[in-house]
Amino acid sequence: MSETALPQPSALAAQNRSVPAAIWRMLRTDRWALAGALTIALLGLLAVGADVLTAIEGQDPFSYHTDALDPATGGPAGVLGGISGTHWFGVEPLTGRDLFAIVAHGARTSFLIGLAATAVSVLLGVLLGVSAGYLGGWYDRLVTWTADVLLGFPYLVFMIALGVVVPASVPRPLLLIVVIGLFGWPTHARIVRAQTLSLKERKFVSAARAFGAGPWHVFTVELLPNLWAPITVMATLSIPGKIGVEAALSFLGVGIPPPTPSWGRTISDAIDWVRSDPMYLILPGAALFLATWAFNVLGDGLRDALDPRTGVRG
Amino acid sequence: MRALRFVGIRLVGMLVVLLIVVFCTYVVFYLVPTDPAQQSCGRPCTPQNLAIAREFMGFDVPWWQQFLTFLGGIVAGRTFGSGATAIHCPAPCFGYSFQQNATVLDLIGERIPVTFSLALGAALLWLVIGVATGVLAALRRGRPLDRALMVASVAGVSAPTYLVGLLGILVFGFTLDMVPVNGYVPLTESPVDWAWHLVLPWLVLAFVHAATYLRLTRSQMLDALGEDYIRTARAKGLRESTVVGKHALRNALLPVVTLFGIELGSLLGGVVITERVFGMPGLGGLLIDAVHQHDLPLLLGCTLFSAFIVVLANVVVDLCYGVLDPRARLT
Repeated sequence: MSETALPQPSALAAQNRSVPAAIWRMLRTDRWALAGALTIALLGLLAVGADVLTAIEGQDPFSYHTDALDPATGGPAGVLGGISGTHWFGVEPLTGRDLFAIVAHGARTSFLIGLAATAVSVLLGVLLGVSAGYLGGWYDRLVTWTADVLLGFPYLVFMIALGVVVPASVPRPLLLIVVIGLFGWPTHARIVRAQTLSLKERKFVSAARAFGAGPWHVFTVELLPNLWAPITVMATLSIPGKIGVEAALSFLGVGIPPPTPSWGRTISDAIDWVRSDPMYLILPGAALFLATWAFNVLGDGLRDALDPRTGVRG
Repeated sequence: MRALRFVGIRLVGMLVVLLIVVFCTYVVFYLVPTDPAQQSCGRPCTPQNLAIAREFMGFDVPWWQQFLTFLGGIVAGRTFGSGATAIHCPAPCFGYSFQQNATVLDLIGERIPVTFSLALGAALLWLVIGVATGVLAALRRGRPLDRALMVASVAGVSAPTYLVGLLGILVFGFTLDMVPVNGYVPLTESPVDWAWHLVLPWLVLAFVHAATYLRLTRSQMLDALGEDYIRTARAKGLRESTVVGKHALRNALLPVVTLFGIELGSLLGGVVITERVFGMPGLGGLLIDAVHQHDLPLLLGCTLFSAFIVVLANVVVDLCYGVLDPRARLT
């Protein structure tokens, strides 16, 4: 910042009310949100750097290591699921695949699907919500009604069934992203529509319209800047749900197909080993829990910071 | 009269929604290039055999005609094939599983007591726990109890059902050896064993779902307790329990009821997962088996049946809403 041009007080205030500034302020004051953000950063690092980290460990998620197994039981040799310098999280029972590599690459699967599906649903939700709220009429009623029907739909049952009927030539990650995203937009659309309805009545929107601004201009210039706060909050809060659905489908055996690592599938495989090898459940389970928990506390913090009226911690 | 009209409008709306759900599901399932006739064609699967199988199953006509036949089956039942080998599927016919040689409805009927026992018990438990802890947290706002409940609720919202279930099995089943961790005993066989086998699954589902209701009830109660009519009620000397229970809670409960209606669909998903964790032979098991056997009619039937249940339950929720909030009856 140059010394000659001091920022005007009004400009300073506007800057501090911006979404990034509010997030930064929240991270400094809200310890829970900071813990969530740090956890997300760590898990994100694990997901992005999965190849490098497993290379440092000297393992990969696909190779079998039968020498690391106890020949009598088929479970890992050694204590705590076979944790050692060569296998940081121990190994998988029966196959001896490295559990750290599976968890790290599973983070990649979870984050990819969770973030991409959220992007799809938020994009659809914002476009449909804003247009419904702004245009009104029969279009508004159609969107609202469709959202209501979809919200109540037993989507998990539908997704389970869909996994069978869609041909195997369609890549499963893509299918999951599209389907989870398509079922996710109604919640976003409802929130955005309600916000748009109240924004539409404000003077600056009427003014823009009086000057002859078209719907697209009003959307991008007048409405969207005022919607960033609720969009940020709802996107963050919906990521854990999306990660959870992917893991649930993989848990039920209709999500990401093997051998691509997925936390949900590993947890499902761990059912038969809960008693003899609890670490096989606990490590991927902890990773999944931490991921959903971190996004939830960060989202709660964001809501308190950006949208105090609906904050839950009050 | 007005109440009758309210019920009537809701029922008509329900029928429209159901029709659209059936249509969409049907189109998705039958436009994809998987041929159910191929599966039960037998070996060797000659083109003649395939054609016979198609005709028998009713897949030899255009999809919209199949759809209308399917709809007709729900209303009036239908018959597959003709003569001595004909299979009759009485109304309401949600389809026929040629792999299991049974109507879809019979197959669902065998499994549904398990799913209902699990879902109803758990829903009751989490509504009571969620609302009670929510009220408690609101009344003790900012105190240690409130903080502890809020921390626990974030954990509950974040924890996947199956993870909580497996940890529950590990701790209460294997380590403490308190409750059975597997299987289901019909209510008619032994009510005590029935409940005993369901305790852990109920608690698991309740823990996961109650968190959402705790958070919602708490924020709604805080809103309601700040309203003018609460001050009025206190000022006219009503007892605190009446103020909280009758004035604040009744208003705070409305969004809770709405959420319950919205959540029914995902509840069914949670039940499917819980059944898998605890090895219970419910609707979820039927569905997963159908997936692995590529049993398309059964899959379609299960999906539609779930949608029916959810829509139906939503109407019940709507009617409850009318009881709780007199204003809702007018629309």
